[in-house]
Amino acid sequence: MTIKQQIIISGVGGQGVLFVTRLLAEAAMMKGFPVLTSETHGMAQRGGTVVSHLKVGDFSSPLIRPFSADGLLALKPESLAQHGSFVKPGGWAIVNSGQPLQAPGELAITSIDADSLSRTIGNLKSVNLIMLGAALSKLSGAQNLFCVLADIQTVLNTQISGAPSKLEKLTAAINAGYRV
Amino acid sequence: MNKRMLMLGNQAISRGLIENGCVLAASYPGTPASEILPSLLEWQQAENTRLHAQWAINEKVAFEIAYTAGIAGLRSMVSMKQVGLNVASDPLMSAAYMGTVGGFLIICADDPGPHSSQTEQDSRMMAMMAKIPVLDPDSPAQAKDMIAMGYALSEAFEIPVMIRPTTRVCHARQDVPVSPVVFDDRKPVFEKNPARWAATPKFRFRLHQALEQKLSGIAGYAPTAPLRCNPDAVGTQAIVVSGVAAAHTRDVLKDLGLWDRIPLYQVIQPFPLHREFIDHIEATCSEILVIEESTGVIEIQIADRRKVRGKVSGAVPSVGEILPETIEAIVAEFAGKPLSRPDLPASPPGRRPTLCAGCPHRASFFAIKKAAPRGIYTSDIGCYTLGMNLGAVDTFICMGAAISQAAGFYQAFRSEPKRPDIVATLGDSTFFHAGIPALIDAVVQNVRFVLVILDNRTTAMTGNQPTPSSGRGIGGEPTLTVEIEKLVQGCGIQFCKTGDPYDVPEFISLVKSAVTYSRETGPAVIIARRPCLLDRSRTDKRPPFIRVQVVQEDCDACHYCIQHFECPALITDGKDRPVRIDPAGCTGCGVCVHVCPKKAIRIMVDGKGMRC
Repeated sequence: MTIKQQIIISGVGGQGVLFVTRLLAEAAMMKGFPVLTSETHGMAQRGGTVVSHLKVGDFSSPLIRPFSADGLLALKPESLAQHGSFVKPGGWAIVNSGQPLQAPGELAITSIDADSLSRTIGNLKSVNLIMLGAALSKLSGAQNLFCVLADIQTVLNTQISGAPSKLEKLTAAINAGYRV
Repeated sequence: MNKRMLMLGNQAISRGLIENGCVLAASYPGTPASEILPSLLEWQQAENTRLHAQWAINEKVAFEIAYTAGIAGLRSMVSMKQVGLNVASDPLMSAAYMGTVGGFLIICADDPGPHSSQTEQDSRMMAMMAKIPVLDPDSPAQAKDMIAMGYALSEAFEIPVMIRPTTRVCHARQDVPVSPVVFDDRKPVFEKNPARWAATPKFRFRLHQALEQKLSGIAGYAPTAPLRCNPDAVGTQAIVVSGVAAAHTRDVLKDLGLWDRIPLYQVIQPFPLHREFIDHIEATCSEILVIEESTGVIEIQIADRRKVRGKVSGAVPSVGEILPETIEAIVAEFAGKPLSRPDLPASPPGRRPTLCAGCPHRASFFAIKKAAPRGIYTSDIGCYTLGMNLGAVDTFICMGAAISQAAGFYQAFRSEPKRPDIVATLGDSTFFHAGIPALIDAVVQNVRFVLVILDNRTTAMTGNQPTPSSGRGIGGEPTLTVEIEKLVQGCGIQFCKTGDPYDVPEFISLVKSAVTYSRETGPAVIIARRPCLLDRSRTDKRPPFIRVQVVQEDCDACHYCIQHFECPALITDGKDRPVRIDPAGCTGCGVCVHVCPKKAIRIMVDGKGMRC
């Protein structure tokens, strides 16, 4: 089967949107898929809105058009209203929110209270990996991601090989999200 | 070797440079070009090639250093963002006439949108003005290929070559093939030739003639000729694209089912456009749609205006980034099957960028507003431009203009009975870049203003590159340092004092004393020194974490702190609700204790909020 997936990852500067995007892109490469991402740098990274486009498969444009993405990984509740219109009808959205959310269109929405979970595991900066872990476990069937938890773990092991305590923290966060 | 690696566009560019024998590289940081030089250094360390890489004080100096290595026969490059080329435009215009011996690339990153810039200017127009060729990549992988292409072109015609990536190339990531490094063992050679390297106007005229001949040759140079993307498509309508618009259009044509119906040409070298291509497309097509960013550079070189659809005809927007959805609508319209698409719901505005929690600039701006509450605040390019959120930045234009604008306001108001106080702010790196000539001018003209140099010991906005006072180079190697105090005094400033903006009361009185001096005597300079929190290369001892809390019963929800200080760690649940400290955001600077007019923000001792 040819893989063609388009995913929007959004949040605010400092949350680690770029890091999650990069992990997914490395996982895609590791599995032999062509990959393209587009990122927000510079001015907008000072606490402003940050959005990444991730495209896995045969694409030449780095940007996702409105109503074309398979899904949205939202690290802030307001990201759903801001970037939900990228997602195609019937697509998914996994949103960091303490409350259940209403879809702006026909989206399958899963709310994950990653802020609370990050406090529980004692790592306030881990919301990004908790959300990635949740996406890896919550999506199934036709909405399956192009990679699984073990792929991301392999990427982490390679990328963070020099810092065992950091790797341990990241692994704990992604697993906490996966089990949620 | 057939290895692929995930690379940011800027990393792919620097991989191309290292694979193709670049031995000298100079730059000044600026989004979206900033990562080119540091990643070049990483590749160089991995491959152990010969390379001098440096951050220069500004783009003009960077250009002149790199260009001269080209005169000495070596392969070199200068990189910058588009507005940086404005600063380097003086040497650019002459370098085009004199040409080069070794390959010399000008990598100039444009920012249509704009995402992180003052203008959407098209650097390809600068290449046209200078009369040098320019290549326009559509992706990280093509940007890397264009380095090899650019060096070959530069050496074949002895001419500087511009590579013009845009934000969507620089900050895209892609799986890119890695090729082996070709080691360059050339020795530098400088052949004295005053008629070329020191040409007087008479010889410049001849060099200009020679440049026109070179351009004519380049307009027929096969390796950079336009590509036909879909050779099987037949039709009298054609689409011509370049840069990232080419990448978008390929996907769009396929999705609209037009891939076999409309011939698509990708221009690799927008200037000079290949003569044979212009003849071909005018002869074979009745309608030509040109999609490119940001100006219609290709479009205006196609002579038969009746056939061209683009920015001049109004078919393609002249302002802003050309997004794939815009291209989808333009192409559908061009093909005679306009789209009926649901309207996008109005999305709520995103969060505006703000200074980080604990940023020393925020403390400096607070003090400036206290010391000169009705002043005119001129500012400059850097993180501190965000001081406009705090009402502490009234103007900014370009690097260094804070000081000259202060002078302009002073001269405009000097005969008025009530002269406003004028406080200019600019960062340490910006002061080095373009502030010094303006400060000397202000001294000579006795401009009554206060300059606050926000000295956070780094070039923060673009990723914490060192400054001339950091004492280290791009690879962390020790360098000689230049002290800002001595420079300021050397410019002729009599009032120059240094303070720590975290010491809020002391710093406010320091700025007040400078304001008084500026009213009565002449220009005054305050150096607000406190390192950037984000700078990982810092070696100084971090100050102790000051734990603060908002005593809830003392907070009357006036939200003065949120409006005038705007620290992201000061949060509230609503308009009439008290303020709280966000423990995930607070950096323990303790500055906000001095901000609250009700003294409700207090330092915590043994779990209790104490009055300070």
